[in-house]
Formats: sequence, structure tokens, C-alpha cells
Amino acid sequence: MRSGSSRRRHKAARPFAVALALVLMGALYAVLSPATQVAADTGMSAQVAEGKGLFQVTCSSCHGLNGEGSSQGPSLIGVGAASVDFQMSTNRMPMARPGQQAPRRPVTYTAEEIAAIAAFVQSLGPGPAIPPSSAYDASNLDAEAIARGGELFRSNCSACHQAAASGGALPNGKYAPSLHGVEPLHIYEAMRTGPQQMPVFSAGAIPDEDVASIIGYLKELEQQPSAGFSLGGLGPVTEGFFGWVVGIGGLCLVAVWIASRGARAK
Amino acid sequence: MMAKPAATAEQAEVLETHAPAPAGPVKKLGGPAIWFDERIGLAKLGKASLRKVFPDHWSFLLGEIALYSFIVLLLTGLFLTIWFKPSMGEVEYHGSYQLMRGLAMSQAFESTLQISFDVRGGMLVRQIHHWAAILFMAAMTAHMLRVFFTGAFRKPRELNWLIGVGLLSLGMIAGMTGYSLPDDLLSGTGLRFTDGAIRAVPIVGTWVEFFIFDGEFPGDAIIARFYMAHILLLPAILLGLIAAHMALVVYHKHTQFPGPGRTEKNVVGYPLFPVYAAKAGGFFFIVFGVLILMGATMSINQVWLYGPYNPAQVTAGSQPDWYMGWVEGAVRIMPGWESHWGPTTWSWNVFVPFAILMGIFYTALGIWPFVESWLTGDKRPHHILDRPRNAPTRTALGVAGMTFYGLLWAGGGNDILATQFSLSLNSVTWFLRFAVFVGPVIAFLVTKRMCLSLQRADRERVLHGSESGILVRSQIGGYSEPHVPISVDEAFTLTQHRQYTPLEATPTEDEHGVKLKGPGTVSGLRAKLSAWYSGYDVAKPTAAQIAESHHHGDEDTPALPH
Ligand code: HEC
Ligand code: HEC
Ligand code: HEM
Repeated sequence: MRSGSSRRRHKAARPFAVALALVLMGALYAVLSPATQVAADTGMSAQVAEGKGLFQVTCSSCHGLNGEGSSQGPSLIGVGAASVDFQMSTNRMPMARPGQQAPRRPVTYTAEEIAAIAAFVQSLGPGPAIPPSSAYDASNLDAEAIARGGELFRSNCSACHQAAASGGALPNGKYAPSLHGVEPLHIYEAMRTGPQQMPVFSAGAIPDEDVASIIGYLKELEQQPSAGFSLGGLGPVTEGFFGWVVGIGGLCLVAVWIASRGARAK
Repeated sequence: MMAKPAATAEQAEVLETHAPAPAGPVKKLGGPAIWFDERIGLAKLGKASLRKVFPDHWSFLLGEIALYSFIVLLLTGLFLTIWFKPSMGEVEYHGSYQLMRGLAMSQAFESTLQISFDVRGGMLVRQIHHWAAILFMAAMTAHMLRVFFTGAFRKPRELNWLIGVGLLSLGMIAGMTGYSLPDDLLSGTGLRFTDGAIRAVPIVGTWVEFFIFDGEFPGDAIIARFYMAHILLLPAILLGLIAAHMALVVYHKHTQFPGPGRTEKNVVGYPLFPVYAAKAGGFFFIVFGVLILMGATMSINQVWLYGPYNPAQVTAGSQPDWYMGWVEGAVRIMPGWESHWGPTTWSWNVFVPFAILMGIFYTALGIWPFVESWLTGDKRPHHILDRPRNAPTRTALGVAGMTFYGLLWAGGGNDILATQFSLSLNSVTWFLRFAVFVGPVIAFLVTKRMCLSLQRADRERVLHGSESGILVRSQIGGYSEPHVPISVDEAFTLTQHRQYTPLEATPTEDEHGVKLKGPGTVSGLRAKLSAWYSGYDVAKPTAAQIAESHHHGDEDTPALPH
């Protein structure tokens, strides 16, 4: 525990020194720079300012003080508020430790903090914004639209996420996660921002109403009863495994019983 | 497996299986039975087979599991044929599964959805049918391993072994065609795989593809053609082979594990009627019951999740059923080698793991009984089974083969292993590329060692008895554990087997320099292989040694306190 926290302090100390120096530099720059720049800075809303502060404390060690990126993390200029909202609401970011892929974890930041950082990153360069809920609302879809969502899902997503959205492996230790229980908002944001290996599905390729169909399909799929235990929903591999264990295993026990019974039952 | 002689040996009655005395028509039969008996001599026929004797060991029931699941397959399959439509004609779905409403799909897929959701009991029967297929193949495989490791394939049963190999390979094809029928995304992907494998066969591949698919993949004929094979051709051949298989079992009589009173000339066990028939009948209902339970509680092949087949779609975790998994694994871990010679493409990456590997596998299985008898020079008939340890090289080869198969299996599920155990897909693949070669060698060496140690332990047990578990302190303070001699019956069981002396090479030429050939000759190579195969056995104690050790024991071993 102790070594962990001291390491974290350690890690934060350097960016802090850099941050301090930069703030000083920034102040100096603000005084000396042309008027337009000043106008932009003063135009920064309170939310963006708050976000910038939070960002510099929690994210800048990897993404750089102004989101320009570093050897530890990519540039966030132009990734947009949607990307930050997705990454932080699923608590992939801040990344706990450098690795192949930041896993989904229970969220630890408040909605306001996330919104503030998202606003700050959006101010760095425009990218996909956090959508209003009307953009991905699937509650009024009819059966045909949902079935079409299934087709879209199988055409665009199941190669990585598996047909029943149970997840799948990707090269080099990466994986496409299971989509069970993922919030509609985060499905939308994932499609528009393309985290990690996932391609970006822009509004040009899949318009909002189709995204809503996909979301509707995924949510309906979760409601469907399975025909018995789903066995993980992973397909023939687990089916074969259970066939051997339950079928052959169970019947061998019976066979042992029968063979031993007969001798006495004669 | 069998560590001790079967416990039934002592209690069971010994039934010599000679032909029953010719008997006239049986009197006590009812009207219709007499009617038949007077015309086709049913009673005589029935009586002979009713007196057939079956020995009791649980592993002898593995073949029965296969037999019964095949019957279940026939029954459930019949039910499915009533509604299934083997057509690739396109329709728009308007059945009761909402999530497919309005989608274009083939009639085959539509009728599969209909069986699942709209036919009463359809889902249950579909699931039982698929579980029965899984169990059929698994039981056959387990049964074959039992036959292999106990040497039940030896003369005179080589033919039945060959029939078994035929059943195993045809079962695989039957399963493969059945898997393709629903025309869902998985079955289409599986067909795509088969198509690729066929095309990879050099020179004739493309031609064969066009022949099977009636044009380019997927075409619109394949489902109807597979349907014919799946419900007519393959079951008929399977049924015929199973009948021949069972007839030969009856004709040869069943083998038995060694034990007192069991010889190469008798079979110790229960007459087919009533004891064995009751047991077998009961076991049929248990197998059926287990399959119904599996079908009712464990989902299998939920085609509605995969959706109708569309060549433009694919799903992660596309796998064949388990019995094709090892071939899938071989294809997955094979490096992507390819040669282009002139206008031809040689896809080693598919051709080697598919055609060549499967060819080697089935050929090796088929010729094994003949190879083994060539190695040992043993041409005698055998009705007493081997305890696996007493055929150490065979047992080690078997375990090496299982290791090879198991590693390829893992390769077929490499993506599932990667996601479920948080491994890297690439590491799994690279590990397996080496492991499939190294693993079997290690398995061979370890197994052979284990067999030889077990042989040594048997020898010790016969010569020095078993440990009594009682510590005795002598007057001068030393401790010793007296051994109690084992029973004569057990000693018999542990020493009844034959040990082979490796074949000696015979001269290759006679005194006139004429090449010698023919049945009696043994080449140098064959002698070497024979020594490798059976030259390591731990010599079992001779009768003289046993007598000597008992005598010895009387003097040295302190008597047990009573
Ligand atoms: C330990 C280093 C580290 C920290 C700390 C960190 N990130 Fe990241 N971040 C990464 C890496 C590496 C990636 C790229 C790999 C990935 O997406 O998993 C990334 C990716 C992202 C992306 C996706 C970029 C895109 O292309 O869509 C966003 C957004 C992001 N981070 C935001 C943040 C925010 C906001 C914080 C602070 C709350 C943060 N990160 C903290 C390392 C880090
Ligand atoms: C090339 C493979 C690929 C494709 C195609 C793909 N994804 Fe992904 N998807 C991924 C990966 C990899 C991640 C994990 C990203 C991460 O952990 O940073 C992911 C993550 C997601 C998440 C976030 C899940 C979570 O745990 O929070 C959602 C939602 C998602 N994908 C939906 C989709 C949808 C919808 C489609 C189709 C329109 C799609 N994906 C297509 C690879 C893919
Ligand atoms: C359709 C699948 C099969 C069915 C229904 C089946 C059924 C049976 C049954 C019921 C027996 C008698 C009981 C027993 O020994 O288990 C038997 C014996 C035998 N089977 Fe099979 N079997 C099948 C496949 C195979 C396969 C794949 C092989 C080997 C490649 C094989 C080789 C043998 C041999 C050699 C015997 C005689 C064993 C002895 O007498 O000890 N069978 N089979």
C-alpha cells in the first residue's frame, strides 16, 4: 500500500513541477502574446478551466499538459468530448498502468469532473461531441428496425465482438470486450470515436438512426431468454467441453455404477 | 484404468460359450411367436444369441453410449425432417422471433427458426439432436481409446477395428453435414472453411469444389445436397457399419480383462438374457434421459444469435463442433505457406493441416493392428485384454497421440483460450507451434516410464507381497514392516500376460547367396523396431521365482502379530 502511494506521489511530482513551470511560462506568454490569443484564453469557460486543472493533475503525465501526447499516451487534440466521456465513464482512463489495453473498470469520477475534462479536451480541437440522448434513443424502434440493427451488427461488429456480443480475441493480447450491459450512450460514443483497435464508424458510414438500431438490437438481445444455460455464449468450444464433461463424464459414472451393481444384483 | 482384477471375477459364474444343444421349437411361446418361429426359426436363433455372454466392466459400456446416442440421433432426426426445408431459396422472415423480423434469409434457416420457436417441442428436439451428435462422436472416441489401450483390436478383431475407423470418419462427415444444414452464420462459415480446404487440394481442388457446390461457393445447391447425405446416405452407411460392427462383436464374443478363471477360450460374465439385456436396456434409457436433460437445460447452437448466413459477415469465435476442432486448430497454427508454380497455387497452409494431416491420422489408425503384429511377430488370436502397462510402447504411443490431438484442439480454440485466460492470441499460437512437436515426445517418454515402473511394482508385489501397514519393532530396537503375500488369484492376474522377446534378424541370404524372403524372415530394420517396441519390459517373475520368494519369506519376515 505504502509503496504504491509513494510511487504515485513520485509520478505526480514531476508533472507538477512541469505544470508549475508551464503556468509561470503561460502567464508570461499571456502578457506578451498578441491580443487574439488573450481573447481565446479569457473566453475559456469556467468548466473548461476546471477541466484543464483536473486534466493536468490526472492525465497530463501520459497525454501531456495540453493533451499534445507523450511517449506514454497519444495526443488528445481532436479526439473530442465523446472520446473522453467514453474513456472516463468506463474508467479506462486514467489508465491505471501502462499495458496493451486499458480494461473497463467501475467508474470513480463524478459526472461533473468527466464533463469538465471532456469540455477541456473538446476545446483543444473539435471532435465528436457527447450526443444528446435523442441521437441514440432506441425505445421507439419497431421490430423491423431492431432486426436491421442485428444485420448491421453482424456486418460491422460481430467479427470482433462475436455474434452474441460475448467478445473475442484480437492479435497481440488485445481483445474486443463483451458488450453485455454497456450503456447505450457508451455504445454510441465507442462507434463514433473508435477506441483502441476498433475502427471509427462515422455518421457518414452509419447514421444516427442506424446506431440507434444497433443499440436497440443489443439491448433486446440481452432481454432474450436463452434455451437453457447459455454456457458462456461462446459457441462450439464450450459446447464440446460440456458435452465431454457432462455427457461422457456423467455417463461413465453411471457405467461404473451399472458394472458394479450387476455383480451383486444377480 | 484397471489397477486390480475385476471384482466380479470371483462371484461371477463361469459360462463356457459353446453352441447350445440343438433344441426343437420352444413350447412356451405365445401365438404370434410360434407363428414366426415355425416360419423363420426365430427361437433357435434367439436362443443362441440370448445365451451369449457379456463380461462386465464399465469401459465396455462406452461403445454402447455411442450406439444409443446414434439411436437417439435417428429418432430426433426423424422429427426434425418433418419441418426442415432443405432449400436455399430466399424468403422474408415473419415468424415469432422478433429480432429477425423482416430479414431476408434462406428457407433452410427460416425453417430452423420455425422448429426452434414455433413447433411445439421443436427447440428441445433440436437441442437433443445436437447434443446427441456431440455425445455420439465423443463416445466413439472414448470407446476407440479403450479398445486401443487394452489391445482389443488384435487378431481376430482387426476387421472390426477397421469398421470402427470407418464409423469414426463417417460420423465426422455426418456431423459436419448436419452442422451446415441450418444455414446460419456459423454453418455458412464452416462451409466456407470446407470449401477452402477442398480448393486447396492441388490440381483437382477447384474442379471438386465446382462439382460439390454445383458452381462457385456458396451456390444454391449445397444445402439440398448435404441434406440428402445427412439424412439418407450417411445414416444408411452408418447403420450398415454399426450392424456389421455389432455382428462381429457377437461373433468374436467380447474380450475380457485378465483374471482367475478367465482364459482365451471362455468369456466370464452374464448371459445376454436376462442380466445383460436388462442392464443394456436400462442403460439405453439412462443415455436417452441424460440427452433429454442436456437438451432441456443446456443451450446449444443458438442459431438465432448468429443470424442467417451472409458471405459478407463473420463472427468472432467461429468454430466447428469439437470433433473437427483439431483440424481447425491445425489450420490456425499452420504458418501461411504458399507456393506458386506456373499457373498453379499450392496452399500448403490449408492443404497440409487439412488433407495431409487427416489422411495420416486415419491411415495410422487403420493400419495400427497390422503394424503392431508386424512389430511383435504375434499372429495368435487374443481374447484377454492387455492391462495398458503391459504394452508400454503402445500405451506411450497412444498417450503421445492424444497429446498431439489435444494440443491441436487447443489451437482450434486459441481465441477462446486467449480471452478466457487473458493470454495473447499470438503467444498461444506460437507456443502451440512448438508444443505439437515437443509435447507428444515428452508424453511418450513419461508414459513409457510410468508403465515400466508399474510393471516393476507389479513384480515387487508378486514376489514380496503387499505392505501390511503394520510396523513391527524387533527386540534389538529396529523397525520393519512385514509384507503379506498376495492371493494366488491376484498373483495370477499380475503374471498371466505374455511378454514378447523382440524379433531377431534372420540371415538375408542363404549359403548360396540367394536372397531370402518370405514369411519366416525378419529384416534388420524390423528387428530394430521390434526391439524398440517390446524390448524394455520388466521381466515378470517366473513360477520358480515366486515359489522361491514365498519360501524365503517364511524364514525372514517376522510373523504378523495376531
Ligand atoms: C498511464 C498513462 C495514461 C494516463 C494517466 C491517462 N491515459 Fe489516456 N491513454 C493512454 C494510452 C496509452 C492511450 C491509448 C491506448 C488506449 O486507448 O487504451 C490513451 C487513450 C486515451 C483516449 C483515447 C484517444 C483516442 O484516440 O480516442 C482518451 C480520450 C484518453 N486517453 C483520455 C485520458 C484522460 C481524460 C485521462 C485522465 C483522466 C487519461 N487519458 C489518463 C494513457 C494514459
Ligand atoms: C476491429 C475490431 C472491432 C470492430 C469491428 C468493432 N469493435 Fe467495438 N471494440 C473493439 C475493441 C478492441 C474495443 C475495446 C477498446 C478499449 O478497450 O479501449 C471495443 C470496444 C467497444 C465498446 C466498449 C465496450 C465497453 O466495454 O465499454 C463498444 C460499446 C463497442 N466496441 C461497440 C462496437 C460496435 C457497436 C461495433 C460495430 C458497429 C464495433 N464495436 C465494432 C474492437 C472492435
Ligand atoms: C457408431 C459408432 C460405434 C458404435 C455404436 C460402437 C459400438 C460398439 C459396441 C456396443 C461394442 C461392444 C461393447 C464395447 O466393447 O464397448 C463395440 C465393440 C468394438 N468396437 Fe465399436 N462402436 C463404434 C465405433 C467404434 C470405433 C470408432 C472403433 C475403433 C476405431 C470401434 C472398435 C471396436 C472394436 C474393436 C470392438 C470389439 C471390442 C471388444 O470386443 O473388446 N468401434 N462397439
